[in-house]
Amino acid sequence: MEKKHFFDKPKNIRRFLQIFFIAIVMLLGFDFLIHRHSFFAWEKWPEFYAVFGFVACVVLVLIAKLVLRPLVMRGEDYYDD
Amino acid sequence: MMINPIPPALIFIAGALFIPVFRGSFKQAWMLLITISGMLNLIYTAPGIYWTMNFLDFELVLFRVDRLSLLFGYIFHIISFITIIYIMHVKKNVEYVAGFLYAGAALGVIFAADFFSFFVFWEMLTVGSVMLIWQRRTKKAQAAGFRYLMVHAFGGLVLLAGIIMYINEQGSLAFNYIGLDGLASLLIFLGMGLNCAWPLLHSWLTDAYPEATIGGAVFLSAFTTKTAVYALARAYPGTEVLIWIGVVMAAFPIFYAVIENDLRRVLAYSLINQVGFMVVGIGIGTNLAVNGAIAHAFNDILFKALLFMSVGAAMYRTGSANATGLGGLYKSMPLTALFCIVGAASISAFPLFSGFVSKSMVMEAAAHDHMSTVWLVLLFASAGVFHHAGIKIPYFAFYSHDAGHRVKEAPLNMLVAMGIAAFLCLFNGVFPQFLYSILPYQDVHYEPYTATHVFSQLQLLFFSALAFVLLLMSGIYPSEIRAVNLDADWLYRKGGRLFYNLADRAANGLNAIGGRLFLDKIPGRLAGFATNSPFFFCWALLAPYWVFLGTDKKESLRGGLHRSLQSGFLVFGLMSGAVSVYLFLLFLSKGVF
Repeated sequence: MEKKHFFDKPKNIRRFLQIFFIAIVMLLGFDFLIHRHSFFAWEKWPEFYAVFGFVACVVLVLIAKLVLRPLVMRGEDYYDD
Repeated sequence: MMINPIPPALIFIAGALFIPVFRGSFKQAWMLLITISGMLNLIYTAPGIYWTMNFLDFELVLFRVDRLSLLFGYIFHIISFITIIYIMHVKKNVEYVAGFLYAGAALGVIFAADFFSFFVFWEMLTVGSVMLIWQRRTKKAQAAGFRYLMVHAFGGLVLLAGIIMYINEQGSLAFNYIGLDGLASLLIFLGMGLNCAWPLLHSWLTDAYPEATIGGAVFLSAFTTKTAVYALARAYPGTEVLIWIGVVMAAFPIFYAVIENDLRRVLAYSLINQVGFMVVGIGIGTNLAVNGAIAHAFNDILFKALLFMSVGAAMYRTGSANATGLGGLYKSMPLTALFCIVGAASISAFPLFSGFVSKSMVMEAAAHDHMSTVWLVLLFASAGVFHHAGIKIPYFAFYSHDAGHRVKEAPLNMLVAMGIAAFLCLFNGVFPQFLYSILPYQDVHYEPYTATHVFSQLQLLFFSALAFVLLLMSGIYPSEIRAVNLDADWLYRKGGRLFYNLADRAANGLNAIGGRLFLDKIPGRLAGFATNSPFFFCWALLAPYWVFLGTDKKESLRGGLHRSLQSGFLVFGLMSGAVSVYLFLLFLSKGVF
C-alpha cells in the first residue's frame, strides 16, 4: 500500500482551498484600508487590480481556447512527412 | 590586487578547448574553475577599455568594461556556473564544450566595443547553440537545429549587411549608440531583433529550444535573447518602435502558452513574454526604464533557468516534458517541485521574489511617461504570465492528475544547481539593493516595497489564481492535448514547401517546354544544376558543423539537408546570394576592407 501524500487526502485539498479563499476575501477588504499612490485614475477604482486580474485571465483562457486553438492546432504529426 | 584583465570570452573559449583533456572529477573541477576564475577576473577589472588592437586601419576593442557590460558579464558567469553544475552527470564532452563556447561567445559580444569582434562572437553564438540542440540526437532535434541554423544565418547576413553599410558611413568600427536612422541602422536593428525573438522573427526560439538537450535548454534560455537585449540597450535605447514591439512580445505568447502541451515550449513562449518587458524598457529609454529592463534581464536569466531546470529534471526522470505525460510528481520529487514553485513565484513577480523588484520598474517607467495603453497591456501580460508560467508549469508537472510516475528525486548535482538559482531568486527579491547597486544608472531611485505596490500585485496575482481555480473546477480550462500549434515557423516549414512546389512546377514546366522546343540535353543539365547547386553550396558551407555530429549521422543529415532545401530554403539561398553580390559591389566601390 503506497503512502498517502498530501493532496491525496480530500481534507487537505479542501483546507488548501479554504485558505486560498480566505486570502481572496482579505485582499478584497484590504483595498479599502490602504491609501494608494497611483499614476492612473483607474488605479483608484475600487478593486481595480482584483477585477483586472480575474477578467484578464478569463479572457486569456477563453480566447486561447475558443479562438487560437481552432486556428492553429494540428495533429502531432503535422510537420512529419 | 593587480592582475591584467583578460577578456572573459577568451577564458571561456580557451577553457572549453581543454575540457576533453580532463577526466572525471578533474574535468568537473576544471569547468568550475573556468567560471570562478572568469568571475574573479571580472570582479577585479576596473571599468575601462582593454585589449585594443589594430586591424588594418581600424581599431578592435575586445574588452570594454562599463556598468552595462559588467552586469551582463556577472550574470552570464553566474548562470554558466549553475548550468555546469546542473549537467555534471552528463558523460559526453560535446555538451560541455558547446556550452562554454556558447557562453564565451555571449561574453564576447557583451564586451566587444567594435563591430568586427561583435559580429564574430555574434555568429559564434549560433554555432554553440545549434550544437546544444543537435546534441539531443533525435530526428526532431536535428531538423529543428537545422532550421535554427538557417534562420540565424539569415539574421546574421542582415546584421552583417547593416554593419558594413554603417561602418562605411561612419568610417569607424566603434560599436556604440546607433539609433534608428537610415537603412544601415535598420538592418542592424532587424539583425539584433531576430536574436531578440521579435514577433514573427521569434519562431526559431519556440521551435528549437524545446528540442534541445535538458541542459542545453537551460543554456539557451540564458544567452541568445539576453545578448540581443544587451545589444539593443547599447545601440537603440529610447527607440520608440521598440515599445510597441515589446508590448506585442509581452502579450501574444501567453495565448500560445495556455494551449501548449510541451512544458518546455510553454517556457519558451514565456521567455519571449518576459523579454517583451525588457524591450519595452529599452524602448522607453529613460534611466529608470533601462535600469528596469536590465535588472529584469538579470532576474529573468535566473528564474527562467530555474524553471527550465526543474522541468528538465522531471523530464530526466520520467522521459517526458508534456503536461499530458506528467502530473503528481511532487510525491516523488518534492524538492524539484519546491524549486519549480520558487521559479514560478519569481517569474510571476510575487513580493519577496526576484521578478517583483524588476518587472515593476519597467511598468512604473511607462506610467511616468503616461503610456496608458502600454501599461495596461503589460498589466495584462503580468496577470497572464502568472497564469501560464506561474501556475500552469508547477501545477501540470508536479500536481494535477497523478500520472503514476514513481521516480527518484532529481540527482544531487541538479538539486544543487536548482538550489543556488532558487536562493538567488529569493535573495534578489528580499534584498534588491544588491542588484540595484550594479545597475547602469545610479541617479534614479526605485522602491519596490511600497504598500500600494505589494497589495496591488497580490490582488492581481490572487485573482488571476482565482480565475485559474474556477476555470479548472468548472471544466472550462482547455484540456491538455498532444498537438502541434502553428506559429510563424509554418511560413518556412510548410509555406516554403508550398512556394517551392509552385515554383518547381512552374520552372519544371518551362523546362519541359524548353526541352521539347530545343535540344533536350543542355536545358536538362541546366535544370539539374539549378536544382542541386543550392544543396551542394549549403553542404559545403555547413561541412565544419557536421563534424560535431559524428560520421554515422552524416548521411541522414545529408538527406535532411536535401529535403530542407526543397522546402523553401531557396529563399535563403537567394538572400545570401544577394547579400554576397551586394558586399562584393560595396567592396569594389569603396574598398572598405
